[in-house]
Amino acid sequence: MTNDERQTIDVAPGEQHDSFLSETLSYVIGLGLALLLTGVSFWVASTSLLWAPGVATGLVVLAIAQMGIHLVFFLHITSGPDNANNVLALAFGVLIVFLVMIGTIWIMAHMNMNMAPSPDMMDLRMQRG
Amino acid sequence: MTAGTEAPAIGLTHRASEDTGHGHRGPESKSIVVPYGFWLFVLSDMVLFSALFASYATLVGATDGGPTTSQLFDRNLVAIETIALLVSSFVCGLALITAKRANMAWTQFWLLLTGLLGLVFLSIEIYEFGTMIAEGAGPQRSAFLSAFFTLVGCHGLHVTAGLLWLGTMMAQILAKGFRQHIIRRLLCFSIFWHALDIIWVAIFTIVYLIGTLP
Repeated sequence: MTNDERQTIDVAPGEQHDSFLSETLSYVIGLGLALLLTGVSFWVASTSLLWAPGVATGLVVLAIAQMGIHLVFFLHITSGPDNANNVLALAFGVLIVFLVMIGTIWIMAHMNMNMAPSPDMMDLRMQRG
Repeated sequence: MTAGTEAPAIGLTHRASEDTGHGHRGPESKSIVVPYGFWLFVLSDMVLFSALFASYATLVGATDGGPTTSQLFDRNLVAIETIALLVSSFVCGLALITAKRANMAWTQFWLLLTGLLGLVFLSIEIYEFGTMIAEGAGPQRSAFLSAFFTLVGCHGLHVTAGLLWLGTMMAQILAKGFRQHIIRRLLCFSIFWHALDIIWVAIFTIVYLIGTLP
């Protein structure tokens, strides 16, 4: 890494411009937090202490939190001005991902409910293939 | 730069004095443009996976009288897979740090560890798939299993491709040293590898943990 490159305005995703110690520390913190969140996820999924209907939502929230940890500490996506392009691309990606997933799940669930003249036909559990 | 000497630049609508400060230097250096382009690819890959997740969520109940999620999945195996891939992602970051400082021995060591942990992950996944298919729970059994094998198998294929890429990178670093374009490729690989771990977080949560809730 030359000095010229250190002075460029933008920064590539996954790259950081710090000392050896702080770079390593970022990964160590990220690993610690990710392990913690993974552990909590597995604990939440197997305990009977929590209100059962809320567990699935809680797991999704934990997963999104862990993805955020990965983005910040491993991919070094920050809110700094040199990261604006990376963040904008990420925001657009997240928008499309949510549109596709929530849109599909929402529409398919309603089709299953609304188009049910003969339950045998529309119940996906009964469909072959 | 005065108005008289200005080059006939198409699309350049403002003069130097009005320059906003970001465009006048020309395109960014390759060390920015290449990883950024790769970042866009990775994000589009995540869009691909979102479609697979959506079809899985739609079809997860369509078991056709066959085995269901809670009968098939083993949480202990998934926990080992998760730890292996997470530590692999972490070690890949360490490899990048040592590579930027041109430390050959440590870079190769961390990359090798990255690959071995990836291999542990992949072996467990292949073992899991093999057991399921042997039990008659292959992709042709039900729509749920088709969606499951497509989603998790697609991630597995990405990991396989990543391992091949990793092997290539280790050979290139050994043969060519820490040249600028080699470091750039390694950075792209690390983006790819971290992204696979992010997708795995979604898979182990949505497919395995929520699938095996009591």
